[in-house]
Amino acid sequence: MLRIIKQRLAYNGLPAPTLEQGIRVIASRAYSTAKEMTVREALNSAIDEEMSADPKVFIMGEEVGEYQGAYKISKGLLDKYGPERVLDTPITEAGFAGIGVGAAYYGLRPVIEFMTFNFSMQAIDHIINSAAKSNYMSAGQISVPIVFRGPNGAAAGVGAQHSHCYAAWYSSCPGLKVLAPYSSEDARGLLKAAIRDPDPVVFLENELLYGESFPVSAEALDSSFCLPIGKAKIEREGKDVTITAFSKMVGYALQAAEILAKEGINAEVINLRSIRPLDRSTINASVRKTNRLVTIEEGFPQHGVGAEICASILEESFEYLDAPVERIAGADVPMPYAANLERMAVPQIEDIVRAAKRACYKSSLLAATA
Amino acid sequence: MAIWFSRSRKIAHFLKPKISPSEFLYKICPNYSNSSSFRTLSGENCRNPQAFSDYSTTILSFRRRWWRPESTRAGEQVETPYSDDDYEDENQVLDFPGGRVTFTPEMKFISETSDKRIPCYRVLGDDGYPISGSKFEQVDKETAVKMYESMVTLQIMDNIFYEAQRQGRISFYLTSLGEEAINIATAAALTLDDVILPQYREPGILLWRGFTLQEFANQCFGNNADYGKGRQMPIHYGSNKHNFFTISSPIATQLPQAAGVAYSLKMDKKEACVVAFTGDGGTSEGDFHAGLNFAAVLEAPVLFICRNNGWAISTPISEQFRSDGVVVKGQAYGIRSIRVDGNDALAVYSTIRAAREMVIREQKPVLVEALSYRVGHHSTSDDSTKYRPINEIEYWRTARNPLVRFQKWVHKNGWWTDDDESELRGSIRKQLLTAIQVAEKTEKPPLAEFFSDVYSHLPSNLHEQEKSLRETIKRHRQDYPTDVPL
Repeated sequence: MLRIIKQRLAYNGLPAPTLEQGIRVIASRAYSTAKEMTVREALNSAIDEEMSADPKVFIMGEEVGEYQGAYKISKGLLDKYGPERVLDTPITEAGFAGIGVGAAYYGLRPVIEFMTFNFSMQAIDHIINSAAKSNYMSAGQISVPIVFRGPNGAAAGVGAQHSHCYAAWYSSCPGLKVLAPYSSEDARGLLKAAIRDPDPVVFLENELLYGESFPVSAEALDSSFCLPIGKAKIEREGKDVTITAFSKMVGYALQAAEILAKEGINAEVINLRSIRPLDRSTINASVRKTNRLVTIEEGFPQHGVGAEICASILEESFEYLDAPVERIAGADVPMPYAANLERMAVPQIEDIVRAAKRACYKSSLLAATA
Repeated sequence: MAIWFSRSRKIAHFLKPKISPSEFLYKICPNYSNSSSFRTLSGENCRNPQAFSDYSTTILSFRRRWWRPESTRAGEQVETPYSDDDYEDENQVLDFPGGRVTFTPEMKFISETSDKRIPCYRVLGDDGYPISGSKFEQVDKETAVKMYESMVTLQIMDNIFYEAQRQGRISFYLTSLGEEAINIATAAALTLDDVILPQYREPGILLWRGFTLQEFANQCFGNNADYGKGRQMPIHYGSNKHNFFTISSPIATQLPQAAGVAYSLKMDKKEACVVAFTGDGGTSEGDFHAGLNFAAVLEAPVLFICRNNGWAISTPISEQFRSDGVVVKGQAYGIRSIRVDGNDALAVYSTIRAAREMVIREQKPVLVEALSYRVGHHSTSDDSTKYRPINEIEYWRTARNPLVRFQKWVHKNGWWTDDDESELRGSIRKQLLTAIQVAEKTEKPPLAEFFSDVYSHLPSNLHEQEKSLRETIKRHRQDYPTDVPL
């Protein structure tokens, strides 16, 4: 049916491609059934579609092929695209990150999977000194259209060497782009944008979100769907306090906002989506509206994402603050293994609620540690 | 989806080895039929026990390409394409992941050293005459003269730029003194299509490929004409049009990257390979292991060249590794390797020609260890007399000088005279001094280049920073350097 409409309108001399997009939008509005998709399926479909569209895209990492992916993100891709485009590698992060960078230097578009970003430290020289800096140091002669992806941050009961959050580490480096999706739509749109981007992108997923289901619009299901890099999303509009979060903490923030709403505090929740570049204008505009800010992250507090957001607000919206910024982060200890200790090391919904109340001067105890 | 499927199959077809499966079985010794001068080399290989291991690695890689990996077939009898006549007694053989092994009731450790070190391939004697019985690829007059002239140019360029640093005109320099033969003979043996991933002591490759003395000077001075736009330290040259990747300081990172470049190059189906360099020190890096191992597993067409010049800043090779140099490491990765006298231009030329041909024809990596001596200091930040005897340096600078040896050979062929020598040296010196003067006077890159190329497109925050910086400079002009054009 789409084709007939296209032909009819083509007679009027309208350009076909933009027309097709227009028709798709109209069509998608017609179908408003909310389809659900897990983050895992979203990532898988994004990689699949990008590999399908561009023969230069290939994925490489430990267990991505035969094993269908350590977390099954690359399920089915080996059978579909063959071992030349889905490469199982020996256990050498430095090796396959280096190979990926070299392949990107010479025109391919690799998607490198780290089993977790904790292991990316064994390859961090290639990511920082080669991938991030090469375009600048070669004065544009060597571009690196590579994506490094994998689970980042705390999982459940995996201890200190499997729970580190690297958002702040990579975001401090110019030359890299750092993305952190939350929902399935984020996962699809941002991963597609990352693969298409000519610059090196660090794509921080979250193991505990892989199995979570989110509704996706028909627009998001389209193979040309893409989200802009550098734009945050306002997940919930509010007027009393701004809460910024990324990845899993967005879900916590939204739940905290529900609790706060019952107590008369209307929170605005911002899903950062992009840590570098940080969407400072959206965050500042929101704080100028609400006058209060709570930043949330799972990672360690010193030099963290929240610290950078605080600095940005102080520099640009100082006069608009009615209260000090509340910074919620993971405990400043290597992640303990025992379940009770782990729970205390990671922000919980109650922490967010209490912080928001403090920012709104509505806590019953004025102690800083609530 | 069906369309994309067939396209990806085509890509897979490009990447299949050029040799058909049946040919793999019979390839024990590569056949260098084009030049009879290689009969000795290939004959040596056949008699050498290494040949069998070449064969079995061929089989293993063959298996990986055409069957699923062993892990999924652990219990099954893996089909072996070689005949059982290879084993004297069926009962003496065991199946393990990785293939069949014979077993022995005698416990025997492999010695950590062998009685004899791997010999190095040499063609020219110190007197400039070819050693009797030596086989090498002939070099015609034009090539030989260009090689010698380039070696001289490289040597003079190194001396003059080193002096310029000592005079404070550039901030840093690093010479290749003593390794001119490795630089130039390798370059001469390659083609312009071969992609170079250098360490940092290989500017001779660029020189051979047409990088001018002015272009070298521009990079060292970081001026507006520098292809690197003043972003990198001196000697970190890079040029796309010469197929020479911008030099990166961290050691050995280029080795796994070379395998990646080769992976991409394979798809272009060009008669070309990737050439990655490292020094003896670089072989200690984790990336050396990852790069060679991976190149072997992926069957990437990479020619690894190790310049074993005896010193890694102040670390002599006795403190770098305890193996017999670098050449023996090749076999550990299943990579064919050779050791060559790096100060013998003809030997290096022949070796690289042969190795390159192997890499391209068989689409697998080869390792070349070129023995040499680092005559200069590590760099201008080093004074090597502090950790090695001066007479040792002098000995290698004079008695074992690669230029002297090659010059004797070229001279004996009647292709070079003393007049040519003095004329060349005088001319090069003048050109270099002019190049330095011009480079010094050339403007530095403009302010806009401070912010460009961080990303492929200028992001909004950098755009704002640039605006803000320009405003600040306008207000406080005296606080900013005057030689940076706005």
